Amino acid sequence: MTAQMRPQMAVCPGCVAAPSEAVEQAPTEARLALSLPTIHCQGCISAVERALNAHPGVQSARVNLTLKRALIEADPDLRAADLIPVMEGLGYEAHELDLTALAATQNDKAGRDLLMRLAVAGFASMNVMLLSISVWSGASDATRDMFHWISAAITFPAIIFSAQPFFKNAWSALKVGRLNMDVPIVLALVLALVTSLWETSLSGEHAYFDAALTLTFFLLAGRYLDYRTRAVARSAAQELAALEVPRATRLLDGHEYEVPVADLAIGDLILVRPGGRMPVDGEVVEGHSELDRSLLTGETLPVFAAPGTGVSAGEVNLTGPLTIRATAVGEETSLHRMADLVAIAESGRSRYTSLADSAAKLYAPGVHILSALAFVGWYLYTFDVRTALNIAAAVLIITCPCALGLAVPAVTTAASGRLFKKGMLIKHSTALERLAGVDTVVFDKTGTLTAGTPQLVNLDQIDRSDIEIALALATPSSHPLSVALVRAAQEAGISPAEVNDLREVPGYGTEGTYQGRRVRLGRAAWVGAEQCSQTAAWLDTGEGSPRGLFFTDALRPGAAEAVRALQAAGKDVLLISGDTTGAVEALAQRLGIDKWVAEALPEDKAARIQMLADQGKNVLMVGDGLNDTAALAAAHVSISPASALDAARVASDIVLLGQDLEPIAEACTVAGKAIRRIRENFRLATLYNVIAVPLAVAGLATPLIAALAMSSSSITVSLNALRLKS
Amino acid sequence: MSVLSYLIPISLILGGAALVGFIYTVRANQYDDPEGDARRILSDEWDDHPKP
Repeated sequence: MTAQMRPQMAVCPGCVAAPSEAVEQAPTEARLALSLPTIHCQGCISAVERALNAHPGVQSARVNLTLKRALIEADPDLRAADLIPVMEGLGYEAHELDLTALAATQNDKAGRDLLMRLAVAGFASMNVMLLSISVWSGASDATRDMFHWISAAITFPAIIFSAQPFFKNAWSALKVGRLNMDVPIVLALVLALVTSLWETSLSGEHAYFDAALTLTFFLLAGRYLDYRTRAVARSAAQELAALEVPRATRLLDGHEYEVPVADLAIGDLILVRPGGRMPVDGEVVEGHSELDRSLLTGETLPVFAAPGTGVSAGEVNLTGPLTIRATAVGEETSLHRMADLVAIAESGRSRYTSLADSAAKLYAPGVHILSALAFVGWYLYTFDVRTALNIAAAVLIITCPCALGLAVPAVTTAASGRLFKKGMLIKHSTALERLAGVDTVVFDKTGTLTAGTPQLVNLDQIDRSDIEIALALATPSSHPLSVALVRAAQEAGISPAEVNDLREVPGYGTEGTYQGRRVRLGRAAWVGAEQCSQTAAWLDTGEGSPRGLFFTDALRPGAAEAVRALQAAGKDVLLISGDTTGAVEALAQRLGIDKWVAEALPEDKAARIQMLADQGKNVLMVGDGLNDTAALAAAHVSISPASALDAARVASDIVLLGQDLEPIAEACTVAGKAIRRIRENFRLATLYNVIAVPLAVAGLATPLIAALAMSSSSITVSLNALRLKS
Repeated sequence: MSVLSYLIPISLILGGAALVGFIYTVRANQYDDPEGDARRILSDEWDDHPKP
């Protein structure tokens, strides 16, 4: 905490009352954080900071425009909920962020570490390159020796500091008896340094100090790019998680206390207001309402809840306030138990080896054998260890995977940046490669293909007078079906009838008096109608039998386009849902999907994905619910929308930030292109090796040739990767 | 060639100074909000008197 109370040294009360001047600093350990997605200029920064600093209780506030956040240092009793209206008064959308979930992004040590190493390698390679150029352009005798010695003095500490990531990776691979890309790198660095030092001490002509440093610099640049891409995705994913601040209202002796969900214990009474999500598993003890279980089971039909009904964490309370008694908290909730299923599904996922790793598997032994052969060959030919070692080092340096180390990160950075602009977050490092190979796409229904908001379908089949009554009854209610009814009626230009004594009965519906008759809108059983499989609200006008108002789930924007584009690209599209057969069939027909499965349990979904995988298919799973998490983890690659439950987002490789599903089809195309570029880059790098390696083996390679081959191949692969951006 | 004995140390010291400067900026969190810092300079709020 930077803004602590300063110790008051003054004894007289007059001095104590005088404000002690505190030095203002950016709050490093802010107590509150707000996400401000709409700020964009210096005017916004000034306005937000001025308003926040003027708010009583705020000690200091600082805006970070890059992350679109405000960090606030405030008195302990100030809550983010008090500041959100202040921001909204200024016209900025504001959301509270959970600081503990953001902790990892704030002290981004690894990134800073890598940047520092990159800077040191860059500085050292520039200086050594300057000295080397004088050597190449003809410095001789004592001057050359002096330049070599100065280069050595710069190179050794620089390499020891900046190449540490490679030393560590190579060591961890060697310890378990495997070879990765870092082993040839480290071998080349060490061999180059040792032979160069030896040459220098013998006043030799060739030293590879500049090559060793340039190599480190280019490879670190690749690592840093790779790290940045993943850090951006990670911080955005954490921001999504941080937006859901886990708080609950605990009832104690008739008083309400807002507490973090982690503090809840079994047996606590918890108040859940309409629109709120169940924080824990429990049992209803008071109140009537309806529950939306779609995120857990995929069912769209709201479920009636009354005292005695069991509820699970993640369900949404729709109409009336409910008091629940917690029966399972934290790790024991059904939400967390699903994690076990996910773990099982993940262990079944065939371990994917990335393109870079499989290239390294081919490449690393090849390089070592080639360089060893060159050493042995030249030793047998000349019986001179010095010449043989020199040539072996030249071979290793020339073949070193400088361009290979850049080939993959440069392309994935460019492709991820392009997809990020379209609202897609690539969370996993190999997700793009896996996405490129997809041939089967499995969609979940509720919340993925559909938006989860109902739409009235039979407005024109109902008498206008009835609709007017229904509209009057629906207007005061915030139930999703009522909201949908009001919206549909208003679009049709219908005005409500005059209904008096309007009263909402939580869990059942609304009732009122119309021309002396009692009229009701609500659940089938309440108004005396037959329950049917479709989502419906029933209207009882007091005359005749109740009329049904039927609803379907509105399609998510871009759903139809995404399905069509995927089918046009020759991919198999499937629909697997936990919802009822009727609802799934209707949607499948509407979107032109031939293969669909309804009433699937979470295990069924995962098993079906596994079955497709066993048939040799690469499955892309798109889902949002808790019932999809196991399937998301089991699939070759998975996508979930930002509206999904946290558990589903964690299990998936890619998160869709917007409402629109259309980018999915494009993402597949971009991924395909990216993979083609990566392969092209591998080919380019190989071409350079094919030209330069014979020279090295023949003993014709000089440090100048090594530097030229390395730099030009690195620059070509980077430029080739950039072509993807446009 | 005796000029080299001045020039090489000078070039190394200048380069080293730049490196130290860069490390200082990284340590001082100056790359945390590049976009915001670029915009803040345009605000005239603290032009007449420095921010307290």
